[in-house]
Order: sequence, then C-alpha cells, then structure tokens
Amino acid sequence: MAETPNDKAVVVKDLQRRFGSFVAVDRVSFDVARGEIFGFLGPNGAGKSTTIRMLCGILRPSGGSGSVAGFDIRTQTEKIKSRIGYMSQKFSLYEDLTVEENIDFYSGIYCIAPEKKKERKEWVLGMAGLREHRNSRTSILSGGWKQRLALGCAILHEPSIIFLDEPTSGVDPISRRRFWDLIYDLAGRGVTVFVTTHYMDEAEYCDRIGLIYRGKLIAAGTPEDLKRRLMREDVLEVGCERFRDALAEIEKLPGVREAAMFGRGLHVVAEDGEAVAARIRALLDERGFAAAHVEKIVPSLEDVFVSLIEAHDREESAEAEVRR
Amino acid sequence: MKSFSVRRAWAVSRKEFLHIRRDARSLGMAVAIPMLMLVLFGYALTLDVDNVPVVVWDQSGTRLSRELVARFDGSRYFSVVGYARTYAEVEHAVDSGRALVALVVPRDFAQLVESGRPAPAQMIVDGSDSNTATIAMGYADVVALAFSQNIAVREMEKSGMPAFAPPVDVRPRVWFNDDMESRNYIVPGLTAVIMMVISALLTSLTVAREWERGTMEQLISTPVKGPELVLGKLLPYFAIGMFDMLLAVLMGKFLFHVPLRGSTVLLFAIAAVFLVGILSMGILVSIVMKSQLLASQMAMVLTFLPSFLLSGFVYPIANMAKPVQWISYLVPARYFVALMRAIYLKGTGLEMLAGQAGLLVAFGAVMLVLANGKFKKKLA
Repeated sequence: MAETPNDKAVVVKDLQRRFGSFVAVDRVSFDVARGEIFGFLGPNGAGKSTTIRMLCGILRPSGGSGSVAGFDIRTQTEKIKSRIGYMSQKFSLYEDLTVEENIDFYSGIYCIAPEKKKERKEWVLGMAGLREHRNSRTSILSGGWKQRLALGCAILHEPSIIFLDEPTSGVDPISRRRFWDLIYDLAGRGVTVFVTTHYMDEAEYCDRIGLIYRGKLIAAGTPEDLKRRLMREDVLEVGCERFRDALAEIEKLPGVREAAMFGRGLHVVAEDGEAVAARIRALLDERGFAAAHVEKIVPSLEDVFVSLIEAHDREESAEAEVRR
Repeated sequence: MKSFSVRRAWAVSRKEFLHIRRDARSLGMAVAIPMLMLVLFGYALTLDVDNVPVVVWDQSGTRLSRELVARFDGSRYFSVVGYARTYAEVEHAVDSGRALVALVVPRDFAQLVESGRPAPAQMIVDGSDSNTATIAMGYADVVALAFSQNIAVREMEKSGMPAFAPPVDVRPRVWFNDDMESRNYIVPGLTAVIMMVISALLTSLTVAREWERGTMEQLISTPVKGPELVLGKLLPYFAIGMFDMLLAVLMGKFLFHVPLRGSTVLLFAIAAVFLVGILSMGILVSIVMKSQLLASQMAMVLTFLPSFLLSGFVYPIANMAKPVQWISYLVPARYFVALMRAIYLKGTGLEMLAGQAGLLVAFGAVMLVLANGKFKKKLA
C-alpha cells in the first residue's frame, strides 16, 4: 500500500490502466490535499474518467498504486466506497422514480441513520432547489436540476471526498455557475473535491489542476503556477482591422510558433515575444492594417494547455524519430 | 463491514418494486401472460381422444351389421357422422377430414358370423395424426372384442352350454386421475412451465437494465454489497411469482376443476423453492449478458423449450432417447412438474417426494450462489 500522509486525500503513483493494447492511463502520479478542489483537465478521451473510476474503486488498475482517504485503491475498494461520493458523467439516477424516491433509495443504500434521514433529505431538496418538485418524476427535470439532485444523492452520507466526473457537461451557464457555488460551499466545509472538466474557465475555479493528455499527466499545479512557470513561450495579443487577413500574414513570420483567432483579435505564441512583437508591428504598418496594437499578455489556461500539448506532441514525434 | 445489511437489501427491493409499478407493461406481462397461457392451454391442449368421427359403409345391411355399427356409435369414443355407399364416398369423407375413421362391413358379414367363421370388418384410419390414430385403433379393438364376446355368449346359450366365462377378466381401475381427464394432468404441469418462463424472463432484465441505463455505475460506487443487490432484486419478483402461482392454483380449481388432493402448504412451499432457483437463474443471465435484449432472449431459450419439451409436461420423459433423458435431469422444471402432479393428483406427502424436492433445493442454492458470485462491483 502506498504511504499516505495524513494531509493527503488522494495519493497516486504510476497509476496505469490498459484496455487491450490501448493505454488509457499511462503511469500517472499526483496527489490531492485534504479540503482542496482539484481539477482534472483534459480533452475528451484523455483518460479522465478512467482515472476517476480507478480512484472510486469501480475499475481495477493495471499497474501502479494509489490510496483514497488512506485506503488502497486495489485492495480496500469497499472501504473507499463508504467514504466517498461519486457522480458519474452520465446522469445515473432512476428516471422513472420521483425525486424523493431517488433520495430515499440512496439514503437506504448509505444506511443513513433514521433520525438523520429526514434532515438530510430536506437538505438535498433545498440545495438542489427541488422542494416543490419532490414528487415529480426525475425524467421531466431539466439538466441543471438533475445534476444537482445527482450531487445531492452522492453526498447524502456526508463523505469527506467527492469525485465529480464532468458534472457540468451539457448544462446551461447559469446552472453551471450555481453548481460551482455548491462545490465551493462543500470545499468550505472541508470536503475534498476531485472534479474533471474540459471547460477551461472551470479550471480557473480550482485550487490546483492536473492536465491530462493521451493518458499522460503533462502538468500539475495551481492555475497561476501553470501560467507563470510552465508557459515556456510568450503570448501576444494582436488587435487590428481585418484580422482574418492579418492572421495569414503573421503565421508566416519567422519566430511565430502559433497564431489563432481569439475573440475579436489574435493570440500569437512565440518563444521570443519581444522580437516577434516588433516584427508584427512592422508587418502591420507596412501592409496598412489600421488601429493596430500588439501587447504581451498573461496567458489564459487555454493558451497554457494548448502550448503544453503541442510541446508534448513535438517531443513524442522527436522521440519516434530517434527510435527510427 | 462484511455483514449483510437488511436495510440496504430492503432499499433495493423497494426501488425495484417502484420500477415494476411504474412500468405497466412488465406488470401486465407478469400477470396477464400466465392467465392467458393457462386459459389457452387448459382449453386447447387436450390429449383425450373421444367422439372420433366415423363414416360407415354397411354393405351387409343386416341386423348383425347394424348392431356392430350401433356398438361403435354407442361408445363414447366414436360417433357416426355419415353413411357411404361407394369407396369413392368413403375416400372423400376421410380426405376431407369429415371422418377420421371409416368402417366397412362386407356383404357376407352376417353369413360368416352365423356360420361361426371369422368375419372381417375393414377399418380405414387417417394416420396423419398418428397419436389419435393409434388411440382410435385401440378403441376399435375394444369395441369389436366386446361385440364378438357378446355373440359368442349368445351362441353358446342358444346351444344349451353353460354360461361362458372368459379365462381372464381384466377390470381396469384408474387411480389418481379417475376419469382420465388430460386436463387434470396438464394444468399442474402447465403451472410449472408458466412459472419457469415468466419468472426467468422478468428477472433477466433487472441487472442488464441498470447497466444499459448507466445507473449501475453509480450503484457500484456505493457500499451496497452483491448479495444485498441480488436478494433485494429477487424479492419483488418472488412476490409476483407467488401471486402467479396463487392465480394458477385458483384457476385450476375454479375454472378447470382440477382436484388438489395433497397439501396446499407443501405445494406453495415447493413452488417457492422452485421460484428462488428460477429467479436467480434469470438474474445470473442478466449479470452475464449485461444487455436487456440478449438477456431476455437467453432467458427464453433457457426456459421455454426445455420446460416444454424436457420437463415431461407434454411428452413423457421415459419415451425419450437416453441422452435426452440425461439432459432432462438438468431441467429444474422436470422436478417441479413431477412434484406438482404428485401433490395435485396423488396427494403424496413430502416423505415420498424428498428426493425430487431435494434436487429442486439444490438447483435453487446453486443458482443463488452463482448469481451472487458472478456479480462484481467493477466495470469491465
């Protein structure tokens, strides 16, 4: 069993999961402190759900070790299951049952003490805003309601760690906002929250994030840390008229690693920001793109993520080159 | 941690019960199909042969030949539906299915009988339904024999000899099903078949449905244990199965007037054991298949054909080829059909049925253990 310091809710070392010849999670190591909101960020199919399932004890790891709440994820899965709350990616309550029946079912499954049952149920109904809909079939609820009810059922037994697998996918922005308020609320009470997402803005809400790409953890740290430390290149914001035409020209400049439209302007990634900025200014002047501004900016997490992924891909193809 | 929690199993049962209540179709299936099958089979599937339609060509036209025809018509097994005057008419009657049997009495019938020589009478039987044909031929033999004896006795009395007594006088007395009503035989067996098919079909969907809808992923992340889930899911279907059983027994009694001679308690106790086995088998199929469509098809294949063909419900096991007989030992309906008939018709007690009942208990235990063992709280 992996050693678990008391202040760590999750510790993972070289965790691996293969499906046949496909490596879904490739020797991933990280840890999550108690009371932290840890965001697991990555594109679809990167291995987020596979990792979360191994942590919850419902999928056997192929290699490596890990512990959740101090229990081994290989041998003590049933102990883990009574201490965590898990909300799977797909809505997984019973659609033909009413709101209350779903809560009652999970309160039976978690063996909530009879004297606490009513209080917990009312708490979930209030938290999810479903007091008036307690007798409605779950199938008729909107996405936001379903998701809050699912969260409520997963934390009926007041677990110390909760795992949320893309809880906000397919939910409107207001409900997403409300959901994150709930997550903050829980974290404020000392609950550890492990949440996967592919929304970059949500990653900014996390205390710490891990970036996973093609089964590999390519970076981990606080959002600020990632932006400062791991962004090897500079990001320039370019604003000008006819920026679509300018994009084609700028891409061809020497020293430009990447250029993309971003809002009503362009984001240009370059190793030497100062030099490239000068070149862009010259180009824009020469071609007569009016009202131009070129500025070095603090990169967004999206910039960091894209840059890291490209660096990763470059390294891999270089390695493949060497091997050949 | 290790102990079985009744509360959790009960929570699963209650939820499962709600699913059934909300799904009118499956509830309807669970109650309507057994009743429909009982009515359909109870009325349609009769193995009795009586009132076989006969067409007669009486070439002799004498008092004696008319007496022979009257003997046939007077028995409950035959009824004369018409008279023919040519072979073509006889053929037509049999071909068209108007008559199953044709009786042809030759021209010299009366002379031959009176002169004490054997008098042939031809019987043409439609053999396309071999079972009925065989039975009809047996009946015809009996009728002809009685007729011959009657004449012989009359002749002897006429010639002043002492009253004739045949050396062997077989006096059949039918036990257990006095009137040889095949319904009495079919309804108890049918109950067994219905229970098997319906119960396995119902439970074969329960686990697969949770995998398909994604609710299982949530469930296996909770502390619920395999046995709590399996037993929790069994309970509501057990209640439905016992209700079906009650329905079948009541229909047997009030609709078909099948006598129940044995202990009602024993009947239901054995049904309960059988149900647990079959329901567990359904759950096992559901656990292994993980798809509702596959699981329901598998459940049908595993229950419908074996319980119809290999349980002794319609076809006697003793008449089957040896390897098929061995296979039939694996069909739990075989024991249940035998037990049901023994309790219904013979009124036998448990002391005589312990062997069969024991095998049924063993089947139930094995299925329950397999279902619990096969259920893993893991994905993939």
